[in-house]
Amino acid sequence: MAKILVVAEHSGGKLNPSTAKCVACASKIEGAEIDVAVLAADAAAVATQAAAIAGVKRVLKVENAANAEPLAAVLAPQVAALAANYTHVFGPSTTFGKDLMPRVAALLGVGQLSDVMAVESAHRFRRPVYAGNAVITVEAPQDKKLVLTVRTASFQPAPEGGNAAIEAAGVNAELPTHTRFVGRSAAATGRPDLQTAARVVSGGRALGSAENFKIIYSLADKLGAGVGASRAAVDAGYAANDLQVGQTGKIIAPELYMAIGISGAIQHLTGIKDARTIVAINKDAEAPIFEVADIGLVGDLFSILPELEKALG
Amino acid sequence: MSKILVGLKRVVDYNVRVRVKPDGTGVVTDGVKMSINPFDEIALEEALRIKEKGGASEVIVASIGPADTQQQLRTGLAMGADRAILVQSDSPLEPLAAARIFLKLIEKEAPQIVLLGKQGIDDDNNQTGQMLAALWNRPQATFASKVELEGGKAKVTREVDAGLETIEVDLPAVLTTDLRLNEPRYVKLPDIMKAKKKPLDTLALADLGVDTANQFKTLKYEPPAARSKGIMVQDVSELVAALKQKGLV
Ligand SMILES: Cc1cc2nc3c(=O)[nH]c(=O)nc-3n(C[C@H](O)[C@H](O)[C@H](O)COP(=O)(O)OP(=O)(O)OC[C@H]3O[C@@H](n4cnc5c(N)ncnc54)[C@H](O)[C@@H]3O)c2cc1C
Ligand SMILES: Nc1ncnc2c1ncn2[C@@H]1O[C@H](COP(=O)(O)O)[C@@H](O)[C@H]1O
Repeated sequence: MAKILVVAEHSGGKLNPSTAKCVACASKIEGAEIDVAVLAADAAAVATQAAAIAGVKRVLKVENAANAEPLAAVLAPQVAALAANYTHVFGPSTTFGKDLMPRVAALLGVGQLSDVMAVESAHRFRRPVYAGNAVITVEAPQDKKLVLTVRTASFQPAPEGGNAAIEAAGVNAELPTHTRFVGRSAAATGRPDLQTAARVVSGGRALGSAENFKIIYSLADKLGAGVGASRAAVDAGYAANDLQVGQTGKIIAPELYMAIGISGAIQHLTGIKDARTIVAINKDAEAPIFEVADIGLVGDLFSILPELEKALG
Repeated sequence: MSKILVGLKRVVDYNVRVRVKPDGTGVVTDGVKMSINPFDEIALEEALRIKEKGGASEVIVASIGPADTQQQLRTGLAMGADRAILVQSDSPLEPLAAARIFLKLIEKEAPQIVLLGKQGIDDDNNQTGQMLAALWNRPQATFASKVELEGGKAKVTREVDAGLETIEVDLPAVLTTDLRLNEPRYVKLPDIMKAKKKPLDTLALADLGVDTANQFKTLKYEPPAARSKGIMVQDVSELVAALKQKGLV
């Protein structure tokens, strides 16, 4: 029987929705027993949130001052120690999980499956490769622990309604001091988080400047949407790095995605394949974004956007 | 003085529209342009800049791949690497195996910094650097967008989901690159000529004595689910109507 440990992602005492998505993925394995590990300096609040996820059996609190910041080198030996009692270890395919999980796998002497998008059985999964241009079905060996990351855009978060037991877990692991947290700069925008927003308005190179990019924010605010950007827009400094959508940025699955002045390079498209409705506004009727758009409008964004905002009232 | 080891993976060029073979056994690679993984070009560029500022004495590029990978290593030498190592392997290896091989090279070369890409744009695994750091029992600084070296330490700014995070690691360490770390230089013709004379050693995989057995079996390749055909609207009012119809505004 599959015994699955999900590594919780959290910050500032709040559980990241990626954890409930990992639980949803784990729940697809028949008969799986699912525990969640919360590694933190003070895990109480996060553990309570994790215990409320439907399908979770136990929440393991691993409290240590060294766990105040999510440093992979510090967390990995603890997760690897916890893994002794499990057949599977899941983490989200966010920058947190991408950083941590391969380190855990290597400590366990096993490989990892990245970006799992579908579960066929406890040892058979589907995942995208080549920027989503191909989907592979992969079989993992039965006789080894399986470490994997969950492509969060492929799963709806498991609902609330759980009532898991919360236990303090002691782990016996030597923690390195060679890696130290210095600081974090996050723009507090007050807008919906790009990875979970139901609507996202994204701008590309066509915006031309950080100043012009404001019309993207303005439309997003009108729609109550999160803001995204193409790599070109981020590279040029029009938008912050954490707004990049795509193969090497964020993979998202909003109800509505509006691509404005974005050509639709394959690396960008891989980030929005799971969006319910894609709207494209581009002055070039031949732009590849129109091949994937559900609703396309050819024209100059600088005249369309103000008009659209007005029409939305 | 210290060495920097850089991983260069040979991958299908990022401009190629990759297609699945009709029989589902893989993707079409015959006659397809191969290049250095873009993240690895960034890794090499960073290594060269560190060396040019006096932070290292030698930049070594290494790759695990078929004999043809010499092309990518020669390009790396033309960019400015001092020498190259090819670990010849005719079948693709999983990241854990690649990490074990890099560990062997580390044991031989004792670099201060190992610079890898954050992910290969072929398998999109994003694992090798982290695995290598674990096996080596050294720090990792992944998704780097800025690297500052100072007295046996590296201060690394990392691109994370919430924005930017800065960590400090003791060297030696493994760093993996994100897109905005730098813009790789172009190779000039005279450098290509010069690169032909630089050393390129080939090692046989079997001689390294590492376990490189693959753990996962790929059962099939499929093209991604196609999105259904959309509509074109003529103006803003039609756009708003279409959005309304879908219940989106
Ligand atoms: C290794 C690697 C990883 C990458 N990862 C990513 C990634 O994660 N995400 C990502 O987005 N990209 C990524 N890229 C880059 C990608 O290949 C493209 O270069 C990028 O997506 C282009 O951004 P863009 O569409 O904004 O710019 P462009 O391709 O320059 O497109 C601009 C578009 O705006 C339109 N336009 C111009 N003016 C107007 C106007 N006034 N009104 C309306 N439309 C207008 C043009 O017709 C054009 O279609 C990656 C590339 C590499 C090599
Ligand atoms: N076969 C290989 N040859 C050289 N470098 C590699 C190889 N495999 C992985 N790497 C390095 O590890 C990084 C991450 O690869 P991956 O974990 O496969 O996404 C790449 O960007 C390379 O720097």
